[in-house]
Amino acid sequence: MKTEQKRAEMIKEISGVNPLKCMKCGKCSASCPSYNEMDIKPHQFVSYVINEDIESLAESKSLWKCLSCFACVERCPRDVKPGKLIDAARQIVVRERGRNYLLADEIPELVDPDTPQQLLVSALRRYRR
Amino acid sequence: MKYSYFPGCTLKNKAVDLDHYARVSAEALGFELEEISEWQCCGGVYPLGTDEIATKLASVRALNDAKEHGQDLVTVCSACHHVIKRVNDDMKNVDDIRTRANNYMKLDEPYEGETTVLHYLEVLRDKVGFDELKKKVTNPLKGKKIGAYYGCLLLRPGKLMAFDDPENPTIMEDFIRAIGAEPVIYPYRNECCGGYISLKEEDMSREMCRKIEESAAGFGADMLITACPLCMYNLNKNNGDNLPVCYFTELLAEALGLKEEVDEQ
Repeated sequence: MKTEQKRAEMIKEISGVNPLKCMKCGKCSASCPSYNEMDIKPHQFVSYVINEDIESLAESKSLWKCLSCFACVERCPRDVKPGKLIDAARQIVVRERGRNYLLADEIPELVDPDTPQQLLVSALRRYRR
Repeated sequence: MKYSYFPGCTLKNKAVDLDHYARVSAEALGFELEEISEWQCCGGVYPLGTDEIATKLASVRALNDAKEHGQDLVTVCSACHHVIKRVNDDMKNVDDIRTRANNYMKLDEPYEGETTVLHYLEVLRDKVGFDELKKKVTNPLKGKKIGAYYGCLLLRPGKLMAFDDPENPTIMEDFIRAIGAEPVIYPYRNECCGGYISLKEEDMSREMCRKIEESAAGFGADMLITACPLCMYNLNKNNGDNLPVCYFTELLAEALGLKEEVDEQ
């Protein structure tokens, strides 16, 4: 099996999502509060997985703009859950050695006296392994 | 009535107010929050991957502890509530996760999602009842126009959280009425504040909070209430103090005439 094919299978397995159910209505992208900041939009994300172009997803800055707000998951009429696909792609990246989006050393500069613990634990879980 | 209580990491540190006001108010309303011993941080965000097991175990331990005490599990923090409720659903309905988590935990009796997870607001609505709460209010917050800020975590995914209508919720507005104030319904009340993104993409979160606050102020709100320490942080950081943001438990304690008691502690 080609690597890209294998990685597409991994994304489907980790997310538990069947991208073929998508009917391209675009409601996920219309609902997404990060839409403007995303280079690959949520509805396009689904197509990239179908087309097994995973390296483009791994390089996409969309991975780090998704808020896990579940608006796309809530509003998808086909129950495709694009947010879960994005998270699975993020997992594939951070599970590879040296590809964490947040490094321990940069944290002191990012926090202020009011930063809640919740912010740090959430970011650590989403951005790194 | 006694509940198992999962306060969570932030309620022991930056959000102690959210916790203290919740506890004294519970006592006045006739229910008790018994803190789970040796609880561990839920991790803040629900691990979405179907192969994520270890990251779900802190929730499973808390859920099982509540089960062993024969109590429902109550949370106040939106994030803890979201994570624990979703892990509970996995333990109930996803065979693979349930089997692997139980294999790891080696409990006397396997945990299979038996515990009921309740948010503090749900206790007020479904157990105490907003009518009862209203009767116990000694200091109604008359004249206050309050915007409920729901955010994401309490509401979505709607079928799973089963908290309220995810697109048109009413629980916080009903709460605001019960404490004698006037709710302000505004379009951005269930939009995201940016959540954890504020750590590395500050501008994005600032823009989202600006929209939320403009929306609330535009519809006439004097202040916002939230159940989430991270929403509180993001909203406060980005609004230039134009619109005060308060934990819902603080207003609850104030309406029950208990705020000074907590503040003196």
